[in-house]
Amino acid sequence: MHRFANPARFAQLAAAATPWGVALTALLFVAGLALALFASPPDYQQGETVRIMYVHVPAAWMAMFVYVVVAAGSASALVWRHPLGDVIARAASPIGACFTLMALLTGSLWGKPIWGTWWVWDARLTSVLVLFFLYLGHIALLHAFDEPSRGARAAAILALAGIVNLPIIKFSVDWWNTLHQPASISRLERPAIDPSILAPLLVMAGAYFAYFVTLLMVRVRTELASAKLRAFRAALAAQG
Amino acid sequence: MSGILRFLEMGGHGGFVWGAYAAVALVLLVLGLISWLDLKRSEGELKRMEARLPGRSRPVGARNRA
Repeated sequence: MHRFANPARFAQLAAAATPWGVALTALLFVAGLALALFASPPDYQQGETVRIMYVHVPAAWMAMFVYVVVAAGSASALVWRHPLGDVIARAASPIGACFTLMALLTGSLWGKPIWGTWWVWDARLTSVLVLFFLYLGHIALLHAFDEPSRGARAAAILALAGIVNLPIIKFSVDWWNTLHQPASISRLERPAIDPSILAPLLVMAGAYFAYFVTLLMVRVRTELASAKLRAFRAALAAQG
Repeated sequence: MSGILRFLEMGGHGGFVWGAYAAVALVLLVLGLISWLDLKRSEGELKRMEARLPGRSRPVGARNRA
């Protein structure tokens, strides 16, 4: 496993795996959308608007999961100075920001017909908005310094400090009285969702995950190529 | 025809449902496209740079790190 942590070897492996990732992502999206739009029944209370759940919930899950990836990459770069840690955090952060934006947009489009409002400042929605700002702050810090390593260090510290927001998002619906519903899927209990609705949800979650892994490989390759270019330019500048 | 229209109507909430799917598709496609174009641009630039400096797969003074 450790040998794949070598940046050059990782780039090689990622280049070979990317077409497979694209194919798997497309396949899962086609299956997920077919199940979500055609096979699953309308909800007895929410009617057809329940179909928004199939794009909203996986986006929210991925928004939090990607943040864990960003924080883990940041920790490995800060503590062990692993070169891939920074690269992974840098590559994953915009993907996480997009998943969070998707969760916020689709949540708003779901909230209007169900709650009667586009937005409320309840604990779940606000903590997800904070997550979005954390991602934006992370991306801004990465680009705020002329010396990339200084930006990466500042961004890594922010990513690690921001991890405290994840349990707040997860448990906000239990700790506070929120308009947002509590979790319907738990690791410890049987899901409170009918299998006809759970199946498309899980397939769409798989599609989002495959999309993330594939895009992460593409972006890591870009970051590695950019780092090599920076080193080339620095060497050329040093030669005069 | 009426079946398709009923499907598109989504019980009177078509704007919300299709709006959510369109927003997701737009974000995923734009991010994917930008990332792919960035990769092609960086790799192309790297190839041109390596061609300018033949015989060097790694820049002078660069260690084996990203």
